[in-house]
Amino acid sequence: MSDALSDAGSDVNQDETQEDVMTPAELIAKLEEAWLNEKFSPELLENKSEVVECVMEQLSHMDANLQRVKKGDAKASIHRMEIDRIRFVLSSYLRSRLQKIEKFFPHVLEREKSRGEGDPSLLSPEEFAFAKEYYANTETYLKAVALRRMPPNLQTVDMLKAVPEPCLDSFVFLRVKERQENILVEPETDDQREYVVDLEEGSQHLMRYRTIAPLVSSGAVQLI
Amino acid sequence: SKNSELIPSIKLRHCCLLRNQRCLTAYLYDRLLRIRALRWEYGSVLPANVRFHMCAEEVQWFSQYKKSLASFMRSLGGGEGLDITQDMKPPKSLYIEVRCLKDHGEFEIDDGTVILLKKNSQHFLPRWKCEQLIRQGVLEHVMS
Repeated sequence: MSDALSDAGSDVNQDETQEDVMTPAELIAKLEEAWLNEKFSPELLENKSEVVECVMEQLSHMDANLQRVKKGDAKASIHRMEIDRIRFVLSSYLRSRLQKIEKFFPHVLEREKSRGEGDPSLLSPEEFAFAKEYYANTETYLKAVALRRMPPNLQTVDMLKAVPEPCLDSFVFLRVKERQENILVEPETDDQREYVVDLEEGSQHLMRYRTIAPLVSSGAVQLI
Repeated sequence: SKNSELIPSIKLRHCCLLRNQRCLTAYLYDRLLRIRALRWEYGSVLPANVRFHMCAEEVQWFSQYKKSLASFMRSLGGGEGLDITQDMKPPKSLYIEVRCLKDHGEFEIDDGTVILLKKNSQHFLPRWKCEQLIRQGVLEHVMS
């Protein structure tokens, strides 16, 4: 991988205008982190479109490098495999996001509409367009097939009520990347009491997503 | 006072109507989810026998869905585009042995060579090129 990427790496680094310039290896690590977090999180996470764009650039560089390599060279097949693997992770990441957008479409749109000016966006502009189209498409369909034939006061469906919200109390496995102190764990049942835990770096836990949700977005824990 | 006697009945009737509305929309929405799954399973052209079971509005929904999906995929990576309906499984090997289940005509692979996909012929082809054809039932992955 380092052979094909060392050419691509220098190109990518020169094109970077942001402050934190990543090596290709760091970029792929970031993609994998985002992929795993998105896969195991019950709700849609912040969008990482910069990572997606950089990875796609990376893939085109690698592909271009591969075209220049002599056919039948043993290295070529290894590089090809690497490209396939990265493309799989990227596609899987985008699919996870799309599935959650479709599953929770009214809530996702509501969250995006009501977020503050400075808050990071949940959806990329393309995902936002997709979500809006999905909503409109589904509403049109339901109206055309059923709702318009119903009594006048029943001709709408409140999507926010009709479509279930993500279950934030589902349990997730996580690995701690940065030590956290005094994490408040809410009681699940009435006879339990809330308690406080410290999360040691490198330790792995099974906890309710709601408790550690902010730590996922800050990068302090990694879902596994 | 005659009217206020009717209120519980009205409320009951309204609850029943709401429940019926919920059941109907749940049924219709479940169908949509299955139709959505077809796009990911079969690709953008549905087999005739499946389309036969869909009403006109469902066909319309499907056509709109695949259009939305296509423009989303085209826009990925700053306009470069990425077909995320491919690469559904982690890549295990570079080339796979496939058998052709029906005549599919000529098929070009990356280095320019053209393969004739004739029924029952077997080929050793790059995995990523075959994925869609395997899902459509044109090729069959031969695992010996």
